[in-house]
Amino acid sequence: MNMNTNSKEPITPLSTKEGQGSGSAYFNPEIETMTREQIEALQLERLQATVRAEAGITPDDIKTLADVRKLPFTTKQDLRETYPFGMSCVPMKDCVRLHSSSGTTGNPTVILHTKNDLDEWANQVARNLWMVGLRPDDVFQNSSGYGMFTGGLGFQYGAEKLGMLTVPAAAGNSLRQIKFIKDFGTTAIHAVPSYVTRLYEVMKEEGVDPRCDTKLKVLAIGAEPHSEEQRKRIEEMMGVKAYNSFGMSEMCGPGVGFECPEQNGMHFWEDYYIVEIVNPETLEPVPDGEIGELILTTLCREAMPLLRYRTRDLTRVLGRTCPCGRNHVRIDRMKGRSDDMMVLRGVNIFPIQIEKILMQFSELASNYLITLTTDEENDNMTVEVELDRPTDDYKQLQALEKEIRRRLKDEILLTPIVKLVSKGSLPVSEGKAVRVVDKRKVYQ
Amino acid sequence: MTIPQLSIFIENRSGTLIKVLDALKEAKIQIVASTIADTAEYGIYRLICSEPMRACDELKKANVAVAISEVFAIEIDDQPGRAAEAVKLFSEAGISITYMYSFLLRGKGVLIFRTDDGEKAAKVIKDNNLKSIDKEALAQWA
Repeated sequence: MNMNTNSKEPITPLSTKEGQGSGSAYFNPEIETMTREQIEALQLERLQATVRAEAGITPDDIKTLADVRKLPFTTKQDLRETYPFGMSCVPMKDCVRLHSSSGTTGNPTVILHTKNDLDEWANQVARNLWMVGLRPDDVFQNSSGYGMFTGGLGFQYGAEKLGMLTVPAAAGNSLRQIKFIKDFGTTAIHAVPSYVTRLYEVMKEEGVDPRCDTKLKVLAIGAEPHSEEQRKRIEEMMGVKAYNSFGMSEMCGPGVGFECPEQNGMHFWEDYYIVEIVNPETLEPVPDGEIGELILTTLCREAMPLLRYRTRDLTRVLGRTCPCGRNHVRIDRMKGRSDDMMVLRGVNIFPIQIEKILMQFSELASNYLITLTTDEENDNMTVEVELDRPTDDYKQLQALEKEIRRRLKDEILLTPIVKLVSKGSLPVSEGKAVRVVDKRKVYQ
Repeated sequence: MTIPQLSIFIENRSGTLIKVLDALKEAKIQIVASTIADTAEYGIYRLICSEPMRACDELKKANVAVAISEVFAIEIDDQPGRAAEAVKLFSEAGISITYMYSFLLRGKGVLIFRTDDGEKAAKVIKDNNLKSIDKEALAQWA
C-alpha cells in the first residue's frame, strides 16, 4: 500500500551545495556524517511527512521510528495490480520519467519519477561514486544496459551530477569498450560482474593489460549476485578495487546502497530509506546480524513513495557505524531470495516462466529441474525435463530440444542448456517438487 | 505391410535400460529383435516384440517414455548379397533408409527399416514381390 502518502509538500532537495568539489571525503557531508540519533530523527520526520491519514493510520500514529511497523507492507503484486499508473501520488503532468520491468511474469511493474525524484536518485549515485574516490576530473564509462534497465540512466545521471565526463558505452561490443577505455582515459567502469570478466578476457586476447595500459582505478559492480571470491578475482584481474552496488527499480535503481572504501557491507542511505530486516515467514524484525528479508520504505520519493516494500532479497545488518565516518546502516551482500526468483546474468527469472513454456510441449512430462551453475566465470542455466512421448527419430528429438531452447530464450532472454531426461528420473520432494538447484559459487 | 516397433527413450545413465527390460520381463513380453544407439545425451531403444500394444501399455505404467512407430520388415534368404539386392531396389527408387537392423529368424534373414517415404517404399515392396512381414505374421513368431 502506498496510497497513504503525502506529496503535497515538496521534499527539500538534499543535494544542493553540499560538499561537491570541496575537497571533502563526503559528497553530502552533513547527511553522510550524521550520528545515529540525527539519522533516526530525520527519518522520523520524513516518515511522518510521508504518511497521510488513510487506512486508520495518521501521521499522529507515527510517534517513533518503530511505528513504521504499524504500516502495511507493499509487494510486487500490489504494483502489478495497479499497473500502470495506479500507484502514482502526483498528477501525471508532474512525472517526467518511467521505468518498467519486463513483465514476463504478468503485468510489468512501472515506476514513475518526478523531476525531483530524478535529482535525488542522481544524488544517491553521485554520493556513492564520490565515496569511492571519484571526482569531477575522472572519466566514467557506464558499460551497463540502458533503456528500461535502471543501471544505465541511473549511473549516467549520477556520474554527471558528480561532474565526471560520462561515457554511455552501454553493454557489449567489448573491442569498442576497450578502445574507449584507452582513448578516453577511462578511470571508472560500471558493469555487471560477469561483463567485467568478459571485458578482461577480451583485453587479454588483445594484449591489453588493464594495470599498465589503462588509467582504471575503480569498478562499480552490481545487478547480479556475486560472491566475495568473485569480487576478489575481478579485483586481481583488473588491478583495481571493485565496489558492490545495490539498487532496485522499485526504489529508483542503483544508488540505494554502495560500499565505502572499507568494503565491509553496503551503506544504505537512511536519509532516503528506512531499512528493516524481517523474518520472511513471521514478518517480525530480526536482530542485527541475522539473515532476513530486506524491507525498504522510501522517504524522499514524490511520484511513487513505497511503504515497507518487500524486496524479497535476503540479507543482514552488518553494523550501524563505520570507520569511514558514515553511520548509515551497513548491509551484507544479498544472500538469496525469499521467493523463487532467480537472478542470472542480471536477468530476473521465475521458475513459473520456464514451466509455462515447457507445458506448451505435449511431448514433455510435467516434471522439470532448473540447475544454475558457474562454469569458469559465467553463470549458466540447465533445464532438464522429462520426456513423455519420444519419437522414433533423433532429428526430431534434437529439433524438439532446439525448439524448447528457442521458446525459453524468447521468454527469459537467456539461452539455457536443455536436456531431455527419462520419466521419473528427476527428484520429487515430498509435497512440493524441487524446481531449482542453485550450485553457483555465489550462494555457497 | 508394416509392423509396430517400440521406440523407447533411454537416457545415457546406468539403470535406465534395465528398468525397461525388467518391465518387459514382468509383463512376460518376448523380445524378437532390438537395437540401441546413442547420441551424447540419450539413445532410442527400438524393439520388436510380442504383443506390442500391451508391451507399450505396460511400459507406460512403469513410467517409461515409449512410442509405437510403424516399420517395414522384409524377409530375405540367408545368403550373401541378398540384403544388398533388397536395399538397392529402394535406393534406385530414390528412397532413403533412415535406419535399419536385421536378425535371423528360423533360417531366414529379416530386415527391419524405416524410410523417408513410406508410400513409395510400400510400392517398391509390392512391385518387386518382396516378402513383407505384417502384424499377423509377427504375432506368430513370438
